[in-house]
Amino acid sequence: MNTDVVPGVVAVIAVTIATLAISTWGLQFSRTTSDFFVASRTVRPALNASAIGGEYLSAASFLGIAGLVLTFGADMLWYPVGWTAGYLVLLVLVAAPLRRSGAYTLPDFAEARLGSRGVRSLCSLLVVVIGWLYLLPQFQGAGLTLQAAINAPPWVGPLVVSVVVLVNVGSGGMRSITFVQAFQYWLKLTALLLPACVLLAIWAGDGAPDPTSRGGADLWSYPLGEGGAQGLYVTYSLIVATFLGTMGLPHVVVRFYTNPDGRAARRTTLVVLALLGVFYLLPPIYGALGRIYAADLAAAGGSDVLILELPRLMVGGLLGELLTGLVTAGAFAAFLSTSSGLAIAVAGVLSQDVTGRRVAGRRLSGVGAFRAGAAIAVVVPALVSVSSPDVGVAQTVGLAFAVAASTFCPLLLLGIWWRGLTPAGAIAGLAVGGLGSGMAVGWTLVTSGTTGWVGILLAQPAAWSVPSALATMVVVSRLTRGSVPPHASRFMVRLHTPEAVDLQRG
Amino acid sequence: MTSRLRPWRRTHLGTEADRATFRTLHTASLAAPALREGLTESSAERSLRHLRVLLGTPAAALTDTSGVLAWAGIGRHHAEETARFIADMGEDAPTRIADMSVCADYGCPVRQVIISPLVVEEVLVGTLVVGAPHATGSLIRAANEVAAWVSGQLELARLDDSRTALMEAEVRALRAQISPHFIYNSLGAIASFVRTDPDRARELLLEFADFTRYSFRRHGNYTTLAEELRSVERYLLLEQARFDDRLKVTLRIAPEVLPVAVPFLCIQPLVENAVRHGLEASAEKSDGVGRLWITARDLDQECVIEIEDDGTGEDPERVRRALAGDASMDSVGLGNVDARLRNTYGDDYGLVVETALGAGTKVTVRVPKFAPGVHV
Repeated sequence: MNTDVVPGVVAVIAVTIATLAISTWGLQFSRTTSDFFVASRTVRPALNASAIGGEYLSAASFLGIAGLVLTFGADMLWYPVGWTAGYLVLLVLVAAPLRRSGAYTLPDFAEARLGSRGVRSLCSLLVVVIGWLYLLPQFQGAGLTLQAAINAPPWVGPLVVSVVVLVNVGSGGMRSITFVQAFQYWLKLTALLLPACVLLAIWAGDGAPDPTSRGGADLWSYPLGEGGAQGLYVTYSLIVATFLGTMGLPHVVVRFYTNPDGRAARRTTLVVLALLGVFYLLPPIYGALGRIYAADLAAAGGSDVLILELPRLMVGGLLGELLTGLVTAGAFAAFLSTSSGLAIAVAGVLSQDVTGRRVAGRRLSGVGAFRAGAAIAVVVPALVSVSSPDVGVAQTVGLAFAVAASTFCPLLLLGIWWRGLTPAGAIAGLAVGGLGSGMAVGWTLVTSGTTGWVGILLAQPAAWSVPSALATMVVVSRLTRGSVPPHASRFMVRLHTPEAVDLQRG
Repeated sequence: MTSRLRPWRRTHLGTEADRATFRTLHTASLAAPALREGLTESSAERSLRHLRVLLGTPAAALTDTSGVLAWAGIGRHHAEETARFIADMGEDAPTRIADMSVCADYGCPVRQVIISPLVVEEVLVGTLVVGAPHATGSLIRAANEVAAWVSGQLELARLDDSRTALMEAEVRALRAQISPHFIYNSLGAIASFVRTDPDRARELLLEFADFTRYSFRRHGNYTTLAEELRSVERYLLLEQARFDDRLKVTLRIAPEVLPVAVPFLCIQPLVENAVRHGLEASAEKSDGVGRLWITARDLDQECVIEIEDDGTGEDPERVRRALAGDASMDSVGLGNVDARLRNTYGDDYGLVVETALGAGTKVTVRVPKFAPGVHV
């Protein structure tokens, strides 16, 4: 065996074993024996925030951003900015009321707010679609990583990740072992931070060359350097999608349930903002260093593996191998944690609405239905990722955000802040936003040749699909104002009154 | 084309008489939902619209025993006069026909009113008033039939009320069920510490105060699992003060499920049962210790709480009877908790009891993290 692959193999195996071990025996860590007053030990905001960070930082964050910055320059920094700022919107507008609603998933919120099974079913469908869209790049990233680390064929990564996730989910259905997810965040941070420090030291030792001066005096370091009106549109659309999409991600919202009250939900979100802010400082450093030391990667179309290749290119020797092992471990942790979170969120919905249904007079038991749901949740995106491996990792994630922003964002914002929302309005808005952004996504995934304004509008649908979904929801709700749910006002009071206020909430 | 369609349509919709019956039944079904809320001004208003259509008279009214609740149609100015007739109606008064005094409006079609009593459980609750130019025999018959039907609906409403009241009474009963023995024994145990260990006595007394405050609280049907478990812990502290080493408790709680909303006092009675079973058996065991395990796990959309003891166990048949609500069994808590869980979350979420004589008992409670209408 080639010695180049040793650190990668060791890293992947170590992370896999650690994840399986912690999730199998994890319950023992998270519970205390013979210890009284455990009930007062709710999950603290700092721990919960680490767990959210662990689940949220996906392949796109870990691998995608550095590659995008390397190839396209500074305007790609909107991705990390948007992914962080999404939590700011969540903090200000959604976190506390959503927690006070008592909903566990987004379909739960829709049902509680609007009292309609129809809206609930539509939301369930959207959760599955968004979950699959988001799982797709995780599997692609896994394929790329294993290809770069151990020269495996591209289908090995998706296979390994899906098997690990399925074993993980199937063994106990463990959704929120907070400790495991929190550990994953710190692993990912360390895996980027340590190599970054070493690489920066080497860069300083080389006389700190300026990344902007390499490869011709182009517009690499300018936001909106090129592209004119289309570039401006793409940037705005990206901002809309990422700022508003975060609140609609199925695996993020369920973690807020762990907070004991609305106030803790806000605190958690604040800490998440800080943790993500720290993390997202690192990938651009790799992007900039890659501009100096690995300029040919971008030309060869391998920008997504920049983070994995850079330590070896810059350091070499044993240290280089160690650092490579570390970033590979971090990347693998990114796929595993995000994929498990998403697989469980999608499996939960599928087991409730599809596999848990009575088919031909027979009905699967709760656990059986959940496992069947998990299998469907993982296998479908894994197959798609093997068959169409050439869409950029960060771009596919961007599409998932666009769909989330066009559907759940209007539902949550209007559901929380406007009592006039009706079930008919919600269904119409979800349909317009979901179909609009969904068709754009489908088009982009299937054909990648469209150029010009049509291609841009389809590749970045958020800027037109979010406003149209919002407008549809408002207009149809006004037209059907007679069907505002009778409990709307009471529900609003519950959403917006702090828990400290003594109030009859029934 | 039309002529060929007609025979088909006639057979499809039935004869003229059939259609009249359908219309009547449909009108009655429209009036029913409002009446099922009981006899109030708003329900009378909503149902009366349909009742007047049913009767086909110019005026109709619903009253309680003191006055008119709602008046539909013309002749509203007769309401006060009608109220006077109702006031002197006795308990088992028959239907009566009253002549309205000559009114200023010569065109007023309400010359006579038929007052039919509405009787629920043999008590007069109100009347149905039908106003017409002339009270014919058939109209009196119709008024009586409609009044009887309305009485039936009101009786059903009373039944709904009593079912809700029953559930509330059961929760109250559970609160009151904190046995006098427990209070007496706890205070006794605390008293024994007063001289030897005053600090502990003080702590236990505070635990006792908090425990009773939680158990006797009046508002809300739901609480968080954290609150419920805190109360369980207080209860166990007090029991352990009494039995010291004879009771070993292991709690394993996943912190993720602590915010779940659960029915008030749905864990506490189960723990009390387990403690009793565990202690009963401890005397016969070599080490003389009764063990108890309380586990709460996170299962995605649900949370699973298990209460297990290594006590004498129970005959499964007796448990089945206790769950079916047989009041002669001593585990009243079991049937009550089971009924409330099913009532709240549906029949899929009843208690699961695994037990056999001499093999201990394990009670499993499954609670969904979200259910419509369930919140703290």
